[in-house]
Amino acid sequence: MTVGVQPSPIRVVVAKAGLDGHDRGAKVVARALRDAGMEVIYTGVHQTPEQVVETALQEDVDAVGLSILSGAHNHLFPRIAELMKQKGLKDVLLFGGGIIPDADLPFLKERGVDRIFPPGATFDEITTYLREAVGRRRH
Amino acid sequence: MVENDDPAAAPVLRTTYTRAGKARTIGITGPPGSGKSTLVAALVAAYRRAGERVAVVAVDPSSPFTGGAILGDRIRLRDQFLDEGLFIRSMATRGQTGGLARATGRMAAVLDAVGYGVVLVETVGVGQEEVDVVRLVDTVCLVTVPGLGDDIQAIKAGIIEIADVLVVNKSDRPGADEAARDLRYMLSLGASRTGWTPPIVRTTATTGEGVERLVKEIDAHRTWSRESGEHDRRRLGAARSEVETLLRDELVRRLGDRRGAALDALVAKVASRETDPYSAVEQLLGVSDRSG
Repeated sequence: MTVGVQPSPIRVVVAKAGLDGHDRGAKVVARALRDAGMEVIYTGVHQTPEQVVETALQEDVDAVGLSILSGAHNHLFPRIAELMKQKGLKDVLLFGGGIIPDADLPFLKERGVDRIFPPGATFDEITTYLREAVGRRRH
Repeated sequence: MVENDDPAAAPVLRTTYTRAGKARTIGITGPPGSGKSTLVAALVAAYRRAGERVAVVAVDPSSPFTGGAILGDRIRLRDQFLDEGLFIRSMATRGQTGGLARATGRMAAVLDAVGYGVVLVETVGVGQEEVDVVRLVDTVCLVTVPGLGDDIQAIKAGIIEIADVLVVNKSDRPGADEAARDLRYMLSLGASRTGWTPPIVRTTATTGEGVERLVKEIDAHRTWSRESGEHDRRRLGAARSEVETLLRDELVRRLGDRRGAALDALVAKVASRETDPYSAVEQLLGVSDRSG
């Protein structure tokens, strides 16, 4: 252990928005991020977009990760991106995962979602992505 | 910024610190799963009904291996997420062992200074010795639950001594009478250190049962504390520990900046047992016993 300023841990909100109550995936990802040394604020299920964004603001996070399995991604992601912009969270990454058809990806990207991880994405891909993307934004 | 020891936070803390001190600060501590977060949610609801603006600083543990953490205390407060008069901040311990994060006190001071009338500090789930919270708040509530142990547990030293209010939560469960009785017995054994005898409040946080009484007892403690001088004694102790902590950190940081290489070399020597940690520290500070 060396003396000096350690980089502060990456802080991430992992949220489940809307009516989707299946949170196994969100919990597994939260755990993986924890094991990668990140601080994960887990909100529980049935959050409104307003609640997710308020949490991101109060918790001063680097990234917001949404798990959406309900098919409502084309509504929830843009709404959250818009609220994040309104609240001045322009340095905060929005990413997600779940059951999201490839055909929707360009639309989501255009509306402010930085990255979507499809089923089968590895923990390694997610943590590597977060480290790199957050690293770029912090500098 | 405050949490990360960002140098940019210092000016913020300088201006906020002298403005803090108006809020009622309340610590909620107790073993894992005793219902601290749920009780905090019930207290938030009670104080909000009374028209107070409330801030919550909730601490959860960091992994000792990876440094990561899952901060889940907000989940219990989710019905109140959008209340404008409520601010919630989760913190990971980041290696601190006293039940709080290192910057918890500073975070609480900032929230106090910006005008939250009630600041609730929820510690990590504690065992018997994580007592740092007592240096931070006006009133410490120790939350226990039925079935945690017998009267011998209740007379041990440590966490139980810092309680200003004793809460038996989950009082709808069997064993609540015994738990309250054991605590009463413990209190009857000796005179209290300060002259304050902690009241025992039975609550069921999930239904809100007993929470109004808890609020009253917290107020009663605060009033007593102010009148008896205990409040000033605690603030003095807190100020001392805050200054000493900063001083220690700053000394280590300056030493690391100026003599980092020497420090690393000495650490290696201690590891290989060529020297001992006491001599290493003396060398680094450039002093010996004789010079003092």
